[in-house]
Amino acid sequence: MISKVGISPSRFWAMVVKEFIQMRRDRVTFAIMVGIPLIQLTLFGFAINSDPRHLPAAMIINDNGPMARTVLYSLQNSTYFDFVRQVGTEAEGRKILERGEAQFVINVPENFTRDLLRGNRPSILIEADATDPSATSNALGSLRSLLDTALQNDLKGPLSYLSSVTGPIDLQIHALYNPEANTQYNIVPGLMGVVLTMTTVMITALAITRELESGTMENLLSMPTRPVEVLVGKIVPYILVGYIQLLLILTAAHFLFHVPMVGSLVLLLAVAFVFITANLAMGITFSTIAKNQRQAIQMAFFFFLPSILLSGFMFPFRGMPQWAQMIGELLPLTHFLRIVRGIVLKGNGLVDVLAQLWQIVLFAVIAVTIGVKRYRRTLD
Amino acid sequence: MASELAIDVHGMTKRFGKHIAVNDVALQVGSGEICGFLGPNGSGKTTFIRMLCGLLKADAGSGTCLGFDVITESEDIKRQVGYMTQRFSFYEDLSISENLDFVARMYSLGNRHTAVNASIEKLGLVERRNQLAGELSGGWKQRLALAACMLHEPKLLLLDEPTAGVDPKARREFWEEIHQLAAQGLTFLIATHYMDEAERCHRLAFISNGTLLIRGTVREVIDETHLTTWSVSGPDLLNLARQLRDVPGIEQTVPFGNTLRVSGNDPEAVENAISPHRNSSYNWRPVDSSLEDVFIHLMNKPKDGPSS
Ligand SMILES: Nc1ncnc2c1ncn2[C@@H]1O[C@H](COP(=O)(O)OP(=O)(O)OP(=O)(O)O)[C@@H](O)[C@H]1O
Ligand SMILES: [Mg+2]
Repeated sequence: MISKVGISPSRFWAMVVKEFIQMRRDRVTFAIMVGIPLIQLTLFGFAINSDPRHLPAAMIINDNGPMARTVLYSLQNSTYFDFVRQVGTEAEGRKILERGEAQFVINVPENFTRDLLRGNRPSILIEADATDPSATSNALGSLRSLLDTALQNDLKGPLSYLSSVTGPIDLQIHALYNPEANTQYNIVPGLMGVVLTMTTVMITALAITRELESGTMENLLSMPTRPVEVLVGKIVPYILVGYIQLLLILTAAHFLFHVPMVGSLVLLLAVAFVFITANLAMGITFSTIAKNQRQAIQMAFFFFLPSILLSGFMFPFRGMPQWAQMIGELLPLTHFLRIVRGIVLKGNGLVDVLAQLWQIVLFAVIAVTIGVKRYRRTLD
Repeated sequence: MASELAIDVHGMTKRFGKHIAVNDVALQVGSGEICGFLGPNGSGKTTFIRMLCGLLKADAGSGTCLGFDVITESEDIKRQVGYMTQRFSFYEDLSISENLDFVARMYSLGNRHTAVNASIEKLGLVERRNQLAGELSGGWKQRLALAACMLHEPKLLLLDEPTAGVDPKARREFWEEIHQLAAQGLTFLIATHYMDEAERCHRLAFISNGTLLIRGTVREVIDETHLTTWSVSGPDLLNLARQLRDVPGIEQTVPFGNTLRVSGNDPEAVENAISPHRNSSYNWRPVDSSLEDVFIHLMNKPKDGPSS
């Protein structure tokens, strides 16, 4: 006799309704779900809005002329730069940057004053540790106008012809360690993915283990359920939670951080569905593997770490070593970040999005499949 | 009683590591029969019941449950079996009606609302239907769980201590209903520690240390045990009990109201043991062994299995 029972919409719906009621009753979890995006936004928002000053800078001065001094004074006066020390060579400057003793190395070349006065556009080389772009970008952005105003006072009278040249100085900025130079706008859209990953994986990771620990699993297993019904039924209600978080972040992105929305909001919301589902699926799979809630949380955390570190949220993706990129390519967050930044900042459309989206879909399908395979049908 | 067997299993065995929780148990329960499942704590009752409905994989054993293969067709078995767990395992953060609704959906009941409402009404919980299950008292939880596992009108009910903590009136009503349902052809396997409930069963199965020691009607079980019991009344029975306890041939001395029940396996040994005390101050008379006497006797038995 064949004892295959088909998938039943009724049983699936039983799970959905049940999970939904439980979710609604569990005030604490619900508050956390809403609280996490708010906290993250506040924290990151603070970092974004801050305009850090008095950043340590080292200088390499090979010119003792008055113009060189003017330049350095004006930098110091801007309060963005604090000159902490003087170094002899570029190599020495690099070392200082590497060690984090200075955020900038400002290099005034030999014969700077002479070349400036001759109209030869001498270069000033500024090397910046751009690991944290939000820390350096304001300082760097202000440089050009700083220098121009500073020199205007000196380049008066007979020298005024110099200031009419398109910038009397050739300003060269090297942003080190972060060639992509993530801007502020990169962070808020990225935050969407990070918050969703963090919370959704966690919620479903607890789903099965909670039933095991409270003893309700025995009852559930004694009913004629199929693993797919239970697992997918547990995922569905939390998609809604994901969307609530998403809307919170989108609202904040728009009103608080004025992130432009170049592309289609509808497309973004549609893509988010796939992403949220993939994460919930990952969580539920952890839930089928973990023996108790503590293990489930640990697993969720181990998933969260590479997600946040290797997805391109923390560090620019192309700056990572090959192996890290390969791991990163497996993670839904990596693809979601590309999609979101593409839609929000570049106005990407569906076709551009699909190139990344299918990988998230694949991830979700594999996760659910593993979950269904791992789902224990007995209490053994 | 119907000739058809609702439960017919052999050699059911379950190990947890080295420990054998259920050892080579065979059990037959006819349709429409109420089978009481007795045994001391940790004897393997719950484990055996779980194997019947596919909640635990049997390490060995075969047979059928409602005509389905007990090992390979547990999906089909689950649909027609109502299993009431020993520990309350419905959702405490769901209300009474939500829990019942959940069960009704799980079994794809067509007339969900009617079934749920009828069940709540029968429970007498109409006004409290929106109360969270976790807020119910222990006895009410049991009654809710019982109602829930009968909601889909199963043919076989596996009840693991269904009346633990339930008050006498509700217990009586419960047993009345069980008998009515059995008359309609439903089959019951009921694990219980209450002797009065055991006596209400058509048949009994007694398990100890994972081994099935004895099966049969209450009468058969009592007779088969060959236990001799005397009832004695008189002064200072406690002292008498203390004296008799260590005499060979005496297994139990149980105070029972104003009398003391003294029993042992060998009738002659018992008579020899009590003969020094058969004087005018004590009133001795032989009585039928009760199920409880038999139960204790079986429990005290050495582990090497039945002697009869
Ligand atoms: N999941 C498990 N893992 C390990 N041992 C178990 C497990 N479940 C039960 N046991 C052991 O199997 C034996 C039988 O347990 P079971 O729960 O079946 O007893 P029971 O007859 O139902 O007892 P009670 O009357 O107390 O409910 C016990 O020794 C118990 O410790
Ligand atoms: Mg038990």
